[in-house]
Amino acid sequence: MIINHPLLGPRDSAEFVYLGDATLIDRPDWQSETALKDFSDYAYLRDNPAGEHRELWFHEGGDRSWLVVTRNTLTHEISKVELARDVARARGRSK
Amino acid sequence: MSQKNRLSGGQIDRNTTLNFTFDGKRYTAHPGDTLASALLANGVRLMGRSFKYHRPRGVLTAGSEEPNAIVELRSGNRQEPNTRATTIEMFDGLSANSQNRWPSLKFDAMAINDRFSNFLTAGFYYKTFMWPAAFWEKIYEPIIRKAAGLGSLSMQEDPDEYDKGFRHCDLLIIGAGPSGLMAALTAARSGADVIVADEDFAMGGRLNSETLSINDAAATDWVAQSVAELSSMPNVRLMPRTTVIGAFDHGIYGAVERVGDHLASQPAGKPRQILWRIYTKRAILCAGATERPIAFENNDRPGVMLASALRTYANRFAATPAQRVAVFTNNDDGHRTAADLHAKGVKIAAVVDTRPDAPTSMDYEVLAGAQVVDSKGRLGLTFVEVKQADGSNRTLECGALGVSGGWNPNVHLTCHQRGRPTWNDELAAFVPGDDLPVGLSVAGAATGGLSTHAALESGAKAAKAALGLKGRLPKLPEAEDAPVSMTPFWYVKGAQRAWLDQQNDVTVKDVKLSHQEGFISVEHLKRYTTLGMATDQGKTSNMGALAIMAELTGKSIPETGTTIFRPPYTPVPIATMAGRMRGMEFHPTRLTPSHYWAKEQGAVFVEVGNWMRAQWFPKPGETHWRQSVDREISQTRASVGICDCTTLGKIDVQGTDAAEFLNKVYCNAFAKLAVGKTRYGLMLREDGIAMDDGTAARMAEDHFVVTTTTAKAGNVYQHMEFVRQCLYPDMDVQLISTTEAWAQIAVAGPNSRKLLQKIVDPEFDISNEGFPFMGCGKITVCGGLRARLFRISFSGELAFEIAVPARYGDAMMRRLMSEGKEFGVVPYGTEALGAMRIEKGHAAGNELNGTTTALNLGMGRMVSKKKDSIGSTLSEREGLNEEGALMLVGVKPVDDTQKITAGAHLMNVDGPVDAAHDQGYVTSAAYSPSISSSIGLAFLKNGGERKGEKMRLVSPLTNLTVDVEIVSAHFVDPEGERLRA
Repeated sequence: MIINHPLLGPRDSAEFVYLGDATLIDRPDWQSETALKDFSDYAYLRDNPAGEHRELWFHEGGDRSWLVVTRNTLTHEISKVELARDVARARGRSK
Repeated sequence: MSQKNRLSGGQIDRNTTLNFTFDGKRYTAHPGDTLASALLANGVRLMGRSFKYHRPRGVLTAGSEEPNAIVELRSGNRQEPNTRATTIEMFDGLSANSQNRWPSLKFDAMAINDRFSNFLTAGFYYKTFMWPAAFWEKIYEPIIRKAAGLGSLSMQEDPDEYDKGFRHCDLLIIGAGPSGLMAALTAARSGADVIVADEDFAMGGRLNSETLSINDAAATDWVAQSVAELSSMPNVRLMPRTTVIGAFDHGIYGAVERVGDHLASQPAGKPRQILWRIYTKRAILCAGATERPIAFENNDRPGVMLASALRTYANRFAATPAQRVAVFTNNDDGHRTAADLHAKGVKIAAVVDTRPDAPTSMDYEVLAGAQVVDSKGRLGLTFVEVKQADGSNRTLECGALGVSGGWNPNVHLTCHQRGRPTWNDELAAFVPGDDLPVGLSVAGAATGGLSTHAALESGAKAAKAALGLKGRLPKLPEAEDAPVSMTPFWYVKGAQRAWLDQQNDVTVKDVKLSHQEGFISVEHLKRYTTLGMATDQGKTSNMGALAIMAELTGKSIPETGTTIFRPPYTPVPIATMAGRMRGMEFHPTRLTPSHYWAKEQGAVFVEVGNWMRAQWFPKPGETHWRQSVDREISQTRASVGICDCTTLGKIDVQGTDAAEFLNKVYCNAFAKLAVGKTRYGLMLREDGIAMDDGTAARMAEDHFVVTTTTAKAGNVYQHMEFVRQCLYPDMDVQLISTTEAWAQIAVAGPNSRKLLQKIVDPEFDISNEGFPFMGCGKITVCGGLRARLFRISFSGELAFEIAVPARYGDAMMRRLMSEGKEFGVVPYGTEALGAMRIEKGHAAGNELNGTTTALNLGMGRMVSKKKDSIGSTLSEREGLNEEGALMLVGVKPVDDTQKITAGAHLMNVDGPVDAAHDQGYVTSAAYSPSISSSIGLAFLKNGGERKGEKMRLVSPLTNLTVDVEIVSAHFVDPEGERLRA
């Protein structure tokens, strides 16, 4: 596969390592009433869609950026590649 | 021996004669021959024995689809089994042997299997060797494997080199027949970067095998002109002898180039084969089509072959399997074979055409509406039995029979992304479907357009479309445009022992049996009968079996379906897949800065991940590793020892939020760590399990140096980047791995300070007061060399770790050794390092094993509840905090002559020894010279409260039972006085 890195252009997927579902960005609030359940869900529950999937890839053999790759799990078509940091900020994460 | 079946003409170089041997017998050939064509020219039809019944077999095809003529090529450590004689390019001195026969190809004792064929049908093994179960592995399977089989391995290391490479192009053209060459010309003339790959050593595809004309000249002239034009263009790369083996995601293709297979010996330093990864913008599949046989009784005798192969041997290789041949066909193409061979002076016994309205000939007899119903000839064809249109039988004398059942487009690569081919009624064949791999289009016979004109036109059109070229189609060369005229005919009715898959010995009868026993789906049929599972992957057999199954189930062929084609298109040697990644080159080898120094000392090395580390340093007279290790430990604890610990991961953490960041990744608190201090840190995974441990040294307010374990250095760095980028994107913190930038050497033992004081520049105070336990700082050594000093201890002794820029690591090691002479300094390796940390009760990889928590490690209270850190919430889960949780303890044998074994389990003194009564297990064990006993670290249920308890250490697998005592994990200096000295 080829991943079109937003900063570096098209790169072979062999340069990357895969982590999984990009919902890992949405880490729960530790002080919430339901923190234990929220963290259990966060750590263990994943959707496994046959189709479009947003997932985290790490450019280990490159610039070491984390990317959110939108990939179709049936066709492997990659429709979007974003810097995970930008996605995290857009989802309200900061410090 | 003379080449008695050599014909006139052909694309062989008669000026040069090559010598080769087959089964030890000497023959001659010419450049341009394949092993198969040379054997045929020498009058050899028998080339192998079948897999199961050991029936005599000859060559069926003239290409990579060959199921029968597979041989062991070369000898000694270059012996290569299961090589297709049809694709082996002749070279002088070639030697090949037939396989799967004993004692000889002509007399094969195992041919007795053929007599018992009634018992050896599909599913035979499943049904027969059921009982007793234990017999399968020890008795049945070895016997069957010996009897049924392919070639043998030399069992020696392959001396040749293999490589991998990467190429890029605008357009990859797969196959250099008429469509491929026309596509290449069209694309290349537009200036596009083009790669043309063809599995043959001669480009031209079927045109090399035909007597067709293009532009009123021989088609081979057009091939030569086209190849010459393409070779002259800088934007074109021609890759003959290169098989595109797979279509992968996003326009990436795998290809195997046989760089040196056709050479008698490999030029030094040159790879024999290269596995290419070709990155393409677009690709065109011009893989042509494969002729399919018709099944009839005893259709597997040497001499029975595809009609197109017969034609290839005659036209291209000037060889014929016999001087008198017949043709069995259901289409006009079979007649072309008869005409071409007749023109070469080969006697045509008759053309047997299943169609009542078959075309006639002035040159030879055509039996219209007739069928070949049987054949004769023990080691090669002598007669065929024909049932004529009027029902009468007739025997034809012939030494070869060309069979043509129509053509199957080579759709394989179109299916590599789960595309499904579609059925074409006119051809009675599958053609490429609509769901092709992205960027791939198909041209030529692979689409089902079987005429030369259709190939040229579709090649040009496909290239134009792929590159988005404007304008009119280029003027196409003049070529034949014969329509396809065929009537589907798959097998002769009533035939039983009529072979479909010749390599795996699957007959019409087996397909019927499969149907009878309910294995109707194509995938079941394949697995039950092993149809199409041989090295040829059923290229000539799958369609026939499918058609018979369709008939038996009363369904159409497309309803019956087709199996999925997967890469590779043809077999690929494992050596080619491995490339240069063999032996020590399987992964990169990382050397420590003191590696060469350690080698000079005669160190024994051990692989630790990618690293080579000194394991121990034997001294003259030491005959057992324990002597060396015990000495290294004792001397370190008595005076001073040094050890290269560069392999520990080092991560530089900088930024105004650096401390806050470490607070997130470590479960213990870091925010208040003073500058100039180091702290032990434990990292958890989000699920509350320990991930890694190490130290973080605060070099400045906004600068930490973090260490990780050697094994987890990469993972921890990746995890920290995840936390930084994905969870806290606005923290002002930067990370960089500095593992290889700094050489780090541990200096441990009561004299370690004295030794360091000799090299640390005098303005730096490293006394206990000036540089206390867990201190850190930037210093200079040896008169101005920048260095970092950490007062941390893995051994439990007064100890330091000193880091200098990596290029000074070797010099620093030598300097420490020479300055340390007066203290009797000793270098120690990983064994002593490991034993000393076990003596001290420090957790390492064996304890941080992916199942243990901070609580298990005895660090439960370290997990700060005042802050949020990765894993802190889930570490509080009930399940991880139950009564009686495993706790880290020390174990030692009651009788100190006995040994603690890692992996063994702890059981109570009384009671059963089983999993239900398991109390815990030993993770690390070593001999401790400090207390003169074997010792171990273990996780024990409720271990915190069981010190002094006697237990049994057991390993039922190895019959081990040792009486042990539970003790503190701190075997040496439990109060920690030495490291604060």
